[in-house]
Amino acid sequence: MPLLEVNNLEVCFGLRSGAVKALRNVSFTLERGERLGIVGESGAGKSVLGFSIINLLSRPGRISSGNVHFEGYDLAHLAPEELRSIRGNRISMIFQDPMMTLNPVLTIGTQMVECLLAHRKISVVDAKRIALKKLQQVQIPSPEKRLDQYPHELSGGMRQRIVIAIGLLLDPDIIIADEPTTALDVTIQAEIMDLMLNLCEQNNVALILITHDLGVVSQVTQRMLVMYAGRIIEQGPTKEVINDAQHPYTQGLMNALPQMAIPGQKLNQIKGTMPPLQRIPKGCSFNPRCEYVMDICEQKLPSFTESGNCQVACHMVAESKQDELLGNEV
Amino acid sequence: MAESTQNMEQHPTALQRFKASHFWHSFKIDRVAQFSFLIFLTYAILAISASFIAPFDPYDASQIDIMNSEIPPSWQEEGEEDFILGTDAQGRDMLSTILYGTRVSLMIGLCAVALQALLGIVIGLTAGYIGGRVDSFLMRIADIQLSFSTLMVAIIVLAVFQATFGTELYQQLAMIMLILVIGIAEWPQYARTIRASVLAEKKKEYVDAARVMGFGRLRIMFRHILPNTLSPILVISTVQIANAIISEASLSFLGLGMPVSQPSLGSLISSGFEYIFSGAWWITVIPGVVLIVLVLVMNLLGDWMRDVLNPKLYKG
Amino acid sequence: MAEQNDSLVQVRDLYKRFSISGDFLDQLQFKGGKITRHQEYVHAINGVSLDVMPGEALCVVGESGCGKSTVARTVMGLLTPTAGQISYRGERIDNLSDKQMLPYRKKMQMIFQNPYASLNPRMTIMETLQEPIRFHNPSMTLTEVKDKIAEVMLSVGVDPSWGERYSHEFSGGQRQRISIARALAVDPEFIVADEPISALDVSIQAQVLNLMMDAQEQRNLTYLFITHDLSVVEHFGTRVAVMYLGTLCELAPTKQLFSSPRHPYTQALMSAIPRLEDDRPDYIKLSGEVPTPVNLPSGCVFHGRCPHANERCKQEIPVLTLLDDGTQVACHGVEENRL
Repeated sequence: MPLLEVNNLEVCFGLRSGAVKALRNVSFTLERGERLGIVGESGAGKSVLGFSIINLLSRPGRISSGNVHFEGYDLAHLAPEELRSIRGNRISMIFQDPMMTLNPVLTIGTQMVECLLAHRKISVVDAKRIALKKLQQVQIPSPEKRLDQYPHELSGGMRQRIVIAIGLLLDPDIIIADEPTTALDVTIQAEIMDLMLNLCEQNNVALILITHDLGVVSQVTQRMLVMYAGRIIEQGPTKEVINDAQHPYTQGLMNALPQMAIPGQKLNQIKGTMPPLQRIPKGCSFNPRCEYVMDICEQKLPSFTESGNCQVACHMVAESKQDELLGNEV
Repeated sequence: MAESTQNMEQHPTALQRFKASHFWHSFKIDRVAQFSFLIFLTYAILAISASFIAPFDPYDASQIDIMNSEIPPSWQEEGEEDFILGTDAQGRDMLSTILYGTRVSLMIGLCAVALQALLGIVIGLTAGYIGGRVDSFLMRIADIQLSFSTLMVAIIVLAVFQATFGTELYQQLAMIMLILVIGIAEWPQYARTIRASVLAEKKKEYVDAARVMGFGRLRIMFRHILPNTLSPILVISTVQIANAIISEASLSFLGLGMPVSQPSLGSLISSGFEYIFSGAWWITVIPGVVLIVLVLVMNLLGDWMRDVLNPKLYKG
Repeated sequence: MAEQNDSLVQVRDLYKRFSISGDFLDQLQFKGGKITRHQEYVHAINGVSLDVMPGEALCVVGESGCGKSTVARTVMGLLTPTAGQISYRGERIDNLSDKQMLPYRKKMQMIFQNPYASLNPRMTIMETLQEPIRFHNPSMTLTEVKDKIAEVMLSVGVDPSWGERYSHEFSGGQRQRISIARALAVDPEFIVADEPISALDVSIQAQVLNLMMDAQEQRNLTYLFITHDLSVVEHFGTRVAVMYLGTLCELAPTKQLFSSPRHPYTQALMSAIPRLEDDRPDYIKLSGEVPTPVNLPSGCVFHGRCPHANERCKQEIPVLTLLDDGTQVACHGVEENRL
């Protein structure tokens, strides 16, 4: 049985102009210790997905249908008190901006101890000891000193390390990291990603990494989901998706990277932009931007087709698979 | 030529844009704001049309009969049909006097705020955009100005004026003097608000883009930055009109405001105060209620606008 | 006088520092019974010299706080340099008045990072584009201005019929196109682009980069391109300048830099790019954090994090020297053939 199972999750935002579906029919599983990447451009719904897994959506957003199974609980329909005991404790979250997690007027030590005492019945001394151990784990220089410092005294990279330490504090089963390194410089980003990778491997923690950076995903995760306009359009083992992307959008995203083009030549761009959630086209939501668009794409929503170890929601892939099958039979 | 036709085309879209805006939407769902606006509108219409709808002309001495003095409102036993809200000590019809008084109060409030806005915007923009020593200098002046309370400055100036040039000239110029004094005494409020939002806008890249284009300072300040600071100006203006009306009323109450011959709401309250214990309460109380309601709706509108236009409180 | 050569823009020994001690009154400190004036500075640029050649795209790369944006803004005259010279076609422009600067404003334009802040929210697209054209070409008739606007809007792929709309009605990528259109509207020959694509999504980044390359080809533009993203540089740049803590570490033709980076910092920076092909990052780990530009380290600014630093690096500031392969490097190690 998987550690986390998301089934047909739908999220609605009740806006003035009417309800808007930010997530449609999202299903995936996460095994214990697995590292899963969620990739997409801004507005694809990847952050909303991260928040809705732990049911942390704020109004006007809400989960309108579907469920999130975690150890026999359905997080989508759980009482707030029970949710709180899971959030932070069993599933923790790391944000892009470390200051979303850190309180600027409390010392690092106070925040870590408080977090521990809220979920565990232990003494302050023990809590301090655990906090120190976690700080050592995230390889912060002179961790004893950091306990008495305030967040503003630390650099961005250091703060993100502290946030990771806080995320690990209660030995969670899952860490959801929402663009954890986007605000950081490349050299620091590389260090933090390496650190997260090692920590997850050592502690057998599952990681859900939400990012727009395909490079980061390819280096850290084992499996990845590609999202577009609130839907998953392709999922599978990271290597397979990266090396042999099936969905035209994933291909386009990959090819748009400067490193995929010949220097001095034009980049391979995808035309147009992602539609706003209020105006998602009929049929496949990618159809107005797709090079290979067919009649059926404008009519019918594609369902998932198995392709190798990947699942792709694309009519073209479905057709070519069907042709293959027929060909084999003949 | 072409520009005017362009504006013609744009006009309906501007209205549509307004209708689709957050501002209009919040107004539609906020009963308090609608109610306040309705009352304010009533005041404004009554004040503008005072000379048409008032049964008497309180400025016309021939219509005043001292024999009619201190008649209570018509619903009271001794009241008379002709004077719905009664008369004051000089025999003027209260309803007419209040209508004219509201006009005077609103006029002073609006003009004083216009003056404040003019001074405040120019000084605030200059201080915020140019910065450095100019900024320090202008803001220190604002601090000094603020440390004298409006009333203190007004009392000194008006009293000195009255003493120097005599009461007659003062009575002729009372309205202009009040507008000038209240307008000049309260510009720092504006200047500070505008300076703060100019400082925030100045950091944005569109200002850099305008500088890179080589546009002059004045053009950048007035054409590029000023339109983006309109929201706080609108908010502060509403509240300031209420404040100016109160200031005028207070000064008039102290005998330094509008003369008895051209009463504002404040001087009406003041003139009735002597008679309040002799039973003629209506001369003070009725204009008092009118004033309070006016100030209250202005403040409610200001509060609502602050909630709507402050992007920090904006909830999507 | 600036030395004569055929560069379009020449930056010589540029220094820029910002005071962070506030007002005069804040600067006074009471120490040992005496009141002294104490001032602290952020040293954003420390002796940078660059030449931008006509027709090239010179990329300036570095991490946040390295002074790359300050270089861009100083070149554009948005900031006045503390010391040093900036010349345009051999004429000094860093000490000109606003009026004297006007003819250069037409030739030098800038594209900004944040497409959400770089367009005036209270102006329609038409107004935004019209103003610079009319300002710099007062003799143009209205029809000519309109034609010009339509031309630039089409060239950046924005439908001219959108002119009456306000910027908030557009997506980030479209806004950046409009920003580019505004810069192109006055027919510049030199464009400074300060992180123009870092706020955009991957698929939109490619569109905007392509647009900028098209514009370069059609209008014979020269770019000074500021970015933190080395993978973009590899694609876009003719030459690359790597900056660290306000100084230039390495300046080399793009191919040269990517095939054989010489400066240890460049090497570390390049190894940190997350690439699709590699299985596991094999990057050069830098120890420690970037020092603050308030108290600069002595000697080579990079010595505290450099794995190859020795005594000399801690004391002597390395100068940019030209190597045989056309690379300019400021590193004692390279100079001494240790690296």
